[in-house]
Amino acid sequence: MNWITNYVRPRINSMFGKRDIPDNLWIKCPETGEMVFHKELEDNFWVIPSSGYHMKIPVDARLKSFLDDQWYERLKLPSVPQDPLKFRDVKRYTDRLKEYRNKTGLDDSVVVALGSLEDLPVVVACHDFTFMGGSLGMAAGEAIVTGIMKAIEFNRPFIMFAASGGARMQEGILSLMQLPRTTAAVDMLREKGLPYIVVLTNPTTGGVSASYAMLGDIHIAEPGAVIGFAGKRVIEQTIREKLPDDFQTAEYLKAHGMLDMVVPRHELRPTISRILRILLKMPPSADRAAIETDVQDDAASATTTEKPAADQPAAA
Amino acid sequence: MYNYLDFEKPVAELETRITELKTTMGETGSVDVKEEIAGLETRARDALRELYKSLTPWQKAQVARHPDRPHCVDFVKGLIDDFTPLAGDRKFAEDEAVISGFGRFRGQSVCILGQEKGNDTESRLKRNFGMARPEGYRKAVRLIELAERFAIPVITFVDTTGAYPGMGAEERGQAEAIARSTQACLNLSTPLVSIVIGEGGSGGAIALATANRVYMLEHAIYSVISPEGAASILWHDSARAKDAATGMRITAQDLSELKVIDGVIPEPVGGAHRNPDQTIARTGDQIDAALRELSGEGRDLKQERREKFLAIGRNI
Repeated sequence: MNWITNYVRPRINSMFGKRDIPDNLWIKCPETGEMVFHKELEDNFWVIPSSGYHMKIPVDARLKSFLDDQWYERLKLPSVPQDPLKFRDVKRYTDRLKEYRNKTGLDDSVVVALGSLEDLPVVVACHDFTFMGGSLGMAAGEAIVTGIMKAIEFNRPFIMFAASGGARMQEGILSLMQLPRTTAAVDMLREKGLPYIVVLTNPTTGGVSASYAMLGDIHIAEPGAVIGFAGKRVIEQTIREKLPDDFQTAEYLKAHGMLDMVVPRHELRPTISRILRILLKMPPSADRAAIETDVQDDAASATTTEKPAADQPAAA
Repeated sequence: MYNYLDFEKPVAELETRITELKTTMGETGSVDVKEEIAGLETRARDALRELYKSLTPWQKAQVARHPDRPHCVDFVKGLIDDFTPLAGDRKFAEDEAVISGFGRFRGQSVCILGQEKGNDTESRLKRNFGMARPEGYRKAVRLIELAERFAIPVITFVDTTGAYPGMGAEERGQAEAIARSTQACLNLSTPLVSIVIGEGGSGGAIALATANRVYMLEHAIYSVISPEGAASILWHDSARAKDAATGMRITAQDLSELKVIDGVIPEPVGGAHRNPDQTIARTGDQIDAALRELSGEGRDLKQERREKFLAIGRNI
């Protein structure tokens, strides 16, 4: 003990200890490299204001920005076997799950919400890419099946925001089985005559695109989203050629007939509301112009008053 | 005589010695040599039996991919009379990776679908190594719908590394084609029986294997991603394929335990390629039993199939 340990160290500790401010206050636009203040990004639905680049958006922010009054009720999802294969790669799968649960505050990669879209009650399922790449395992599959059953029970349209690298390898064949399982659920929705809207966001690939994400009545994608079955790297290795820059982008897919439209995040709300109301032979929402302005204001104020659940930007 | 796998080396040595002795005996024909051959044959048989009693998942993957293994064309030749191949998806092209047609199985009209890997350079190229493009799956949908119209059962033979990861395949909607094929399987009201005869590779396999009854040959594998693919993603080292194969539980025995498949068809000692006729006959008996069972009066096979898949994972 000397005067340095008694006196100096506490001051140094306090200097470093108090840094609980997120270290990613400034977010770089992956397209232009421009630095954007996180508040500004959150207020703009995680779309870079100047470039229009659509960043990945946390699930809570997504749902609040999409639904009336920034309100939704999260559906309680059935529990599924955890780590059915007792899998480990460089890490134990159970440890990985714990890690992502702590990081995201979510149980797994899909959240199902009940809410209204311009006064039309809907069921919305939403992938969170930050939870293990939005991967589809038993929990996510069960979430989607449950969400669709809820839509059938309440006679509501079902809207799916997809963002996933594909099936979750750590659950092996049981992940693959989510392809027919979710497809069966989609079929049940169809039989009830309920609309199924898929919003493909960045990225939607693998087993997710090879099942429920490509079986919508209407396919909408966000600008620039990467959508495909096989990964670009795998394809390049197979055909030993360089692929075009816009390969597998939303715009590319639309040009190849796989999507109905590419819609910026700000316009998803009025667009999907309009489509649903036409399909369901309902009158347009009361005063659409007024509501649309309203929505923009509300959503903007929502993100300034409430923080999204996951307080960090998604990886680009 | 056989293409030996690395782990079959002890057997290979014995069998090579037997062949040598037999050649020599042709010239001399002494009693001693005859006895030696008989002894060696017993030893080789025992060694093979011992080896195949406890194959590791990775060894099974090699057996499942064995070049001499009976392929889809062999099963069709052995089991289907009057086989009449039907070509084309009526949209873009004919995909020869998918065998497709109608014929008679033990007297009953059936629709046949399956991936064919080919067995020499020419046929492998023609069949694209059993990796179907979107047209293959769209052709499958067309035939399944045809089977539906004429109330004919469908039999599928699954043997693919996976759907083809190519530029054109992506442009023409590989993901959507797979999803639609799975959906067509789910919506068929006639019996659908699938046999994984070699490799059940991910979405490319499930697209033809969403069946009322799914069986696997004893040494077949069925997986969400190839062991090599999982190893390179999860371990960043494709040499860890052995660990991935074990961890992901890809064997027929694993899938039976996980209640993903309905049964395992035994293979001859040393694998299907040691006695293709016996393998094919046993497979035929299993298909026969399944079709008899499914053809009972008053069954809603579409509903049963849907419920069967929804139950997967909930029952382990």
